[in-house]
Amino acid sequence: MRLINPRLALPILSLAILIVAVFWLQPRAMSYVGINLLFNLAVPIALATVAQMIIIMVNDIDLSMGAFVSLVACITAAILPGNPALGALMLLGCVLAYAALGALIEARQLPAIVVTLGMSFVWGGAGVLILPSPGGTSPVWLTAIMKAKPPLVPMAIIASLLIAGVAHLLIMRSAFGVRLRALGGNARAVSRAGRSTVRLRAMAYAVAGCFAVLAGMALVGLTTSGDANIALRYTLLSIAGVILGGGEFTGGRVSPIGAVIGALTLTLAGSFLSFLRLSPDWQIGAQGAILILVLAARLLVRQAEKRT
Amino acid sequence: MTLHRAPWFWAWVAAFAAFLATWSMSAGGGGGAALAVAALTFGSFSVLTGLGQMLVITMGPGNTDLSIPATMTLAGTLSLKLMGGMDGGAVTVLAGLLSALLIGMGVGIANFALIRLLRIPPIIATLSASFLYQSLAIWSNRGLRIKPPPALAEFTTGRDLLGVPNLAWVALAISMGFWVLLNLSGFGRRVSAIGQNARAARLAGVPVARVSAATYVICAMMAALTGFLLACFSGGAALNMGAEFLLMSIAVTVIGGSSIAGGNSNVPGIWAGALFMYLIVSMLNSYGLGAGVRLLSTGVIIIAIVAVASGRKAKP
Repeated sequence: MRLINPRLALPILSLAILIVAVFWLQPRAMSYVGINLLFNLAVPIALATVAQMIIIMVNDIDLSMGAFVSLVACITAAILPGNPALGALMLLGCVLAYAALGALIEARQLPAIVVTLGMSFVWGGAGVLILPSPGGTSPVWLTAIMKAKPPLVPMAIIASLLIAGVAHLLIMRSAFGVRLRALGGNARAVSRAGRSTVRLRAMAYAVAGCFAVLAGMALVGLTTSGDANIALRYTLLSIAGVILGGGEFTGGRVSPIGAVIGALTLTLAGSFLSFLRLSPDWQIGAQGAILILVLAARLLVRQAEKRT
Repeated sequence: MTLHRAPWFWAWVAAFAAFLATWSMSAGGGGGAALAVAALTFGSFSVLTGLGQMLVITMGPGNTDLSIPATMTLAGTLSLKLMGGMDGGAVTVLAGLLSALLIGMGVGIANFALIRLLRIPPIIATLSASFLYQSLAIWSNRGLRIKPPPALAEFTTGRDLLGVPNLAWVALAISMGFWVLLNLSGFGRRVSAIGQNARAARLAGVPVARVSAATYVICAMMAALTGFLLACFSGGAALNMGAEFLLMSIAVTVIGGSSIAGGNSNVPGIWAGALFMYLIVSMLNSYGLGAGVRLLSTGVIIIAIVAVASGRKAKP
């Protein structure tokens, strides 16, 4: 087995180039505090990206990710601190709702784009009901975890490594992960082999829901308050992160480590653009341009690989 | 063919049911006409974006244009800026309309170039490109709200013929054009053929690249036209004015009975879907529900309809 999957070469390279560029522009970022600040907000994005990756792995796409993470943030900020039991129960309900969504999509053969787009309204509405105006507080233990200062290595880096490791073991190394990837690769073969595709898709969505719940909680741990619109951009960020990390839209070909790297790259791209003192008008546009550039680079690399 | 088998039949039933349910809630006898006018006016915008999106979706799985909101904003902003510097006569209106359509054409070509040259899925291509369009709109707008020429503002808000909103007439005329395009022209058959089986279509000699380029350009031009009309209707372009039309254009297509898997589309369903979506929202409004419940019910209703509609298609 090769040490580094060639699929990961490009994501790692793009992240490395960005890190060098950021340090070159802003040498003060090259410190414990600096790195923590740069990557802090990457933790929830990385979790959401892994969640999105699991959905993409089973050939679906989740356009409700941002709204769902926002809803979790609302529950975490508004209910979890005062009533831990009810809050935990609601978060569990969120995961079960995700599983039900997966089952519904498979059982009725519905287009995931439309169902999740509709669900983004449901999550958004529920978020507004739970927390009508931005506010709430973060549970003390959650803030303690997210703002912990371990020696030598910043928390953001440890958390990213942990997320990548857990996701890698679960998706790439376990029998469960193989079955889920097979569902994306060839659903018919899976069902001929005697597995229930409805159950498998429900499980894939449940696992994705778990990661998305963690993303919302991590976000509240960092920002210490919730809002029904807090994470709406996560939908786009998570899809972009999966693609940047070498994942493909079809066939169950994804990379959990790549997805986390993709999320880190996107977060860093935001900081890089602000260090460049780019006019705020062009901030969003530049992110789109970066995405297009990486995709172009990936095409060139693939073509070079084919020729050799 | 019996009427109730038509793919758009149930969508129309649902739209009428929503109309009656909303009407019964509003006090007084005059509510019905006012409600119908509002539904036709706001539904027209959904119809116009939905027609373009339907054409793209018909080309098969993965084909969805996510740049519609950004295109609307860009076209609305730039065309109003252009018209703002002119005298407001017929030439101004024509220049504004042409510039909006040209912007749409440019966006469509850019979208397709990305899909084709970079070989990236259309969803990602249109999504990343939409960031660029959005930035372009922000940069050119600078927070200024330029008023549309009075003639256009009057036209888009007026009801000159039979008491039906002018916008609805425009949307109806364009819908008829789409119906002819889809059902009677070779182009429409080629689009459906690609959606049913892209490989078979290619082997049968359908110029797949040219046809899909045309659909993306048409879709973007429809979005640009909608942006232009919406900006004139609401008295100026706003940066978030296209936001709701991303879901709307897809929902309208699917509710109307077009297959999200492609290869099968219909124009009458777009109208039913557009009217239904507007009426559902105003029904929930008239019940006096809060924003949260309203959002929640909209989502649940969309999913329920999609779940039922797709089950209906699975039977034959």
